[in-house]
Amino acid sequence: MMNIVVCVKAVPDPKMADKIKIDPVTKTLVRENIDLVINPLDRNALEAALQLKKTNGAHITVLSMGPPMAGNIVKECLALGADTGILLSDRAFGGADAYATAYTLAKGIEKIGAFDVVFCGMASSDGATEWVGPQVATFLRIPVVTMVHELIEDEGADWLVRAAWEEGYRKVAIRLPALFTVARDLNQPKNLSFSGILKARKKEITSWSIDDLGVSPDSVGCKGSPTIVGDFGTLETGRSVEFLEGTAEEKAERLVQILTDSGAIA
Amino acid sequence: MTTEIKNHNGAVWVLAEQKNASLQAVSLQLTGKARLLADQLEVPMEVVLFGDNLEASAKTLIAAGADTVYLAESAELAGYQPVIYADIFVNLARTKQPDIVLMGSTCMGRELAPILAARLETGLTAHCINLVLGENNILNQQIPAYGGLISILCPARKPQMSTVAGGVFPTPELNQSRSGTIKRLEVNIAQDPRVRVVEIVKEERYEQSLDAAEFIVAGGAGTGDLEGWNTLKELSRVLNAGLGCTRPVVDEGWAELETMIGQSGKMVSPKFYLGAGLSGELQHMVGIKGAQLMIAINNDPKSPVFEQVDYGVVEDCSTFIPLLLEKLKESGLRHTSS
Ligand SMILES: Cc1cc2nc3c(=O)[nH]c(=O)nc-3n(C[C@H](O)[C@H](O)[C@H](O)COP(=O)(O)OP(=O)(O)OC[C@H]3O[C@@H](n4cnc5c(N)ncnc54)[C@H](O)[C@@H]3O)c2cc1C
Repeated sequence: MMNIVVCVKAVPDPKMADKIKIDPVTKTLVRENIDLVINPLDRNALEAALQLKKTNGAHITVLSMGPPMAGNIVKECLALGADTGILLSDRAFGGADAYATAYTLAKGIEKIGAFDVVFCGMASSDGATEWVGPQVATFLRIPVVTMVHELIEDEGADWLVRAAWEEGYRKVAIRLPALFTVARDLNQPKNLSFSGILKARKKEITSWSIDDLGVSPDSVGCKGSPTIVGDFGTLETGRSVEFLEGTAEEKAERLVQILTDSGAIA
Repeated sequence: MTTEIKNHNGAVWVLAEQKNASLQAVSLQLTGKARLLADQLEVPMEVVLFGDNLEASAKTLIAAGADTVYLAESAELAGYQPVIYADIFVNLARTKQPDIVLMGSTCMGRELAPILAARLETGLTAHCINLVLGENNILNQQIPAYGGLISILCPARKPQMSTVAGGVFPTPELNQSRSGTIKRLEVNIAQDPRVRVVEIVKEERYEQSLDAAEFIVAGGAGTGDLEGWNTLKELSRVLNAGLGCTRPVVDEGWAELETMIGQSGKMVSPKFYLGAGLSGELQHMVGIKGAQLMIAINNDPKSPVFEQVDYGVVEDCSTFIPLLLEKLKESGLRHTSS
């Protein structure tokens, strides 16, 4: 039976993300009671694993690095059908950039043991670097395909996938064990079911600290991150707005006039 | 593990890209930018290029500012082969020890850059919208975040690596009389890579390409629903304008990711921009460069989008877009490209 690891991230609910601002003086994030949810693309990653489990049978381990609160989203993944949930949580992991995050996740996967496939969402909604998946693969020394849109052949050890490419797509042949980062149109993630929630109640999630991973404090979190945040500044656009006045009708007419005068339409 | 690249005055590098026998615009733009950085640092500017039939591109890169162009040339490398590219690049970088490596945020760059950075044990910054040398000549890699701009630095490791989208930096003028060196790298295809790109397929599924569009209509979450989005789409057709969007529109599945404008999407430089139902978040707005005329429609008079445009219409999209559509249809006016 196949062993699949799905990496998930708890992110501030993207629907409320515009409420996060940075304090220009202290350079710290100001978050006002924003719920943590599963990063949307990680739901596609989990769904890919669930579909493989349904057709061929598989054991799915969900792995997340985050604060203790992120345990809730790991639980949610169990309710969606994953078998085992692991949270990498330790103060020492805090402040990690993509590189240190990927390193820590890779160490977590090594500790899980044998695996055939790792799925990650192609990007997180709050960081959007797209680096974590391919860097996890690099630390694990396994091949990777990013931005996967379709699993064309997903049986045996030699897979064929369709992945993003400018003005079209690329077909990539890859040998397992391998890591895939998935795009939104790979599948349609299912919603939580009541029976899933009931079944997941009995499942426990495991929490691993830095000691469990046996890594040096210098290689994780803030200390293990090659990048740091420097100055914060504002952007000036140099434009000043003129609001169109009058009824909606008059505004529409004026807008057509502005577009005509500027040569945008003729 | 690997040896860390020491702190020294290494070159500024660009990992360039050739597709369908032509050098990518972003590679030239980065070469132009890298030339400026190299001049400031008083170090050489070098380009690495993979593919087949690269001679013409190498000459163009020299004309754009490269002192040296390293070519990994072979028929097997014509498309994109991640493992072979990465092996060759990492070996070269370990030997030559560049200070800075710039790459395009193309599909190749987005996959390869993190692999290279992890193998070189260094930092990488995504979707930079500006690169300037700061204190101690450390590269300030600027990205929009949380309503402002932050600089990401990689102060203690080398090379400092960034990805940048096409259109962020201008295309440099070519000086055909510049001289530079072309160096061919040894390409060893003997290994059996565990991952192989077997085919790159071109699809004709794009409406008006945003890259070339002089007039762009962009919509955001405030278009409300699929119906509202489709009304905006019709507006763009009637105007003969390109149609772009913000991230929530992609998340809702109303439009393709390829049409998302902004830091992690497309950089565009239209003459005319009309944004409807979007809040003016910097991650979107930095994607629009140098427009002559910018107009926003938003039902919230306090929306930050109005601080970034020339004309503002405070109206609800669900009523105003159909009205505007009607007026335009009546007038028969549309955009004709110059
Ligand atoms: C690292 C990172 C990278 C990102 N990259 C990008 C990127 O490349 N491109 C991108 O677009 N986003 C990007 N984002 C997301 C970005 O931060 C914003 O969340 C997004 O641009 C907001 O889209 P919006 O303006 O459509 O939605 P919202 O911010 O929700 O704004 C909707 C606007 O519509 C108005 N509105 C609501 N109803 C109506 C109505 N009926 N009529 C008129 N107006 C109405 C509201 O007043 C509001 O101003 C990125 C985010 C991160 C963290």
